[in-house]
Amino acid sequence: MTPEVLIEIKNLNFSYGERSVLKGLDMTMSRGKVIAVMGGSGSGKTTLLRLIGGSVRPSSGYVKVAGKLVHELKRDELFRMRRKMSMLFQFGALFTDLTVFDNVAFQMREHTDLPESMIRDLVLMKLQAVGLRGAHNLMPAQLSGGMARRVALARSIALDPLLIMYDEPFTGLDPISLTVIGNLIRRLTDALGMTSIVVTHDVQESLKIVDYVYFIADGVIAAHGTPAEVRGSVAPFVHQFVHGEEDGPVSFHYPADSYASDLELENGFA
Amino acid sequence: MPRRIVIGIRGVGHRVVDSIWRLGYASRFFLLILLKSGTSLRRFGLITREIYFTGVLSLIIILVSGLFVGMVLGLQGYETLQRYGAESAVGTMVALSLLRELGPVVAALLFASRAGSAITAEIGLMKATEQLAAMEMMAVDPVARVVAPRFWAGVISMPFLAALFSAVGVFGGYLVAVVLIGVDEGSFWSQMQDAVDFRYDVVNGIIKTCVFGVAVTAIAVFEGYDASPTAEGVSGATTRTVVTSSLAILGLDFILTSLMFRGMS
Ligand SMILES: Nc1ncnc2c1ncn2[C@@H]1O[C@H](COP(=O)(O)OP(=O)(O)O)[C@@H](O)[C@H]1O
Ligand SMILES: [Mg+2]
Repeated sequence: MTPEVLIEIKNLNFSYGERSVLKGLDMTMSRGKVIAVMGGSGSGKTTLLRLIGGSVRPSSGYVKVAGKLVHELKRDELFRMRRKMSMLFQFGALFTDLTVFDNVAFQMREHTDLPESMIRDLVLMKLQAVGLRGAHNLMPAQLSGGMARRVALARSIALDPLLIMYDEPFTGLDPISLTVIGNLIRRLTDALGMTSIVVTHDVQESLKIVDYVYFIADGVIAAHGTPAEVRGSVAPFVHQFVHGEEDGPVSFHYPADSYASDLELENGFA
Repeated sequence: MPRRIVIGIRGVGHRVVDSIWRLGYASRFFLLILLKSGTSLRRFGLITREIYFTGVLSLIIILVSGLFVGMVLGLQGYETLQRYGAESAVGTMVALSLLRELGPVVAALLFASRAGSAITAEIGLMKATEQLAAMEMMAVDPVARVVAPRFWAGVISMPFLAALFSAVGVFGGYLVAVVLIGVDEGSFWSQMQDAVDFRYDVVNGIIKTCVFGVAVTAIAVFEGYDASPTAEGVSGATTRTVVTSSLAILGLDFILTSLMFRGMS
């Protein structure tokens, strides 16, 4: 009944003031898939998620979610759309004044009239799915980084969204938690029939779990393909990124004047 | 030389324009809070919870300070009044000073540094750790869900705290003047009752506390919400809350006093 494509991005431009971040992005994301968006730090990945979620407006071009132009939605329409999407923030962004249980229950209490007994069952189910049912009484400050990320994951699936966006879900995790989160993303996406967008620069971990990869560099899509295509790619940028090489199309050096002139060697001072 | 003057003038101009702009922005935010208060007034539990954090946790400092201020007033009042043989009027003096001025003003200053700074720090940290952004992405408006309940909790707590401050202060004055120094108890209370006018002294004092409560909490929530989302940003905002609201309290107090008490008696 629903068309295949959940998100369509066309010629998307965005700048913070004078600073142009995205310069003509084109992407399509199909339902039921896990899509990775990769790119160096500061390449505009978080900004892209904020554009999809409608917290900022594109300078030109558009993002369509389920056929609707995000930036043309009125505030209440946007809020209605957001009930169908979730975002997992980089460090979880759990509400520090609420227990784990109340964090997961938050949206159910805000958006539904479910009786407290049913909320209890649902919350425990969500926590069970991330393996933290036993931790429901803890406060966020008592959780390790990996656990906080899992609670945030449970919170983001609270209302069974169509779409979850993960902003660097692997950052700062030990290898075990990292695998746990990666597998959870894959399993929950399949089990709940959601679509997941994973923003990351953890290439190896994400190639294991995703269906499709986009690389952003200099504000445009530098490359895209399935994990197999990406691994085998000989395109210099993809090769550099996937293999973590220091220099290549992405320079080690931030753009600067020539080294010699910076050290004033050319002016005869030395 | 003229160049430096021009740059100086330009700097002043910039500051002025910036402050006016910020004031406008703050006023708009204030209106927004009022518009979005529906949720928290409907779900009063949200406010009660915050009343606990802002009001109840300020109780100790308010009560202790009130007692000491009252005791000092008793001492100073007795010291001055007995020169004119009017020491039995010390109760009147203590009560009027507290109800008209010291209760509202000192309680509000204490409230700003105890509760106001805490509100700013909490909201600022929620912003810095992306909790507000997360809430927004969950289709829950942070102004309605986080800011408005804290605002109303502060506005509701303030008059009660000031009233307690004055009550404890009067008791402190009584302790010093009657119990310690030995002023006649009967005239202490009866002169106080005669001199204090409910409409003129008590109601005006209550009006002051309400105005201060709105000012302090509005400044506190605005500074928190507007803080730049870093550790320095939050600590700067907390300081600004205390400084700005203290100045606002004293300025507003002068304006209100000059409107309320114009030598009528
Ligand atoms: N609120 C903002 N104001 C101005 N510039 C910003 C803001 N947020 C991000 N930027 C800049 O935009 C660029 C892209 O940021 P971001 O989308 O966070 O990158 P990424 O998530 O890929 O690391 C960065 O260079 C960053 O400095
Ligand atoms: Mg980012």
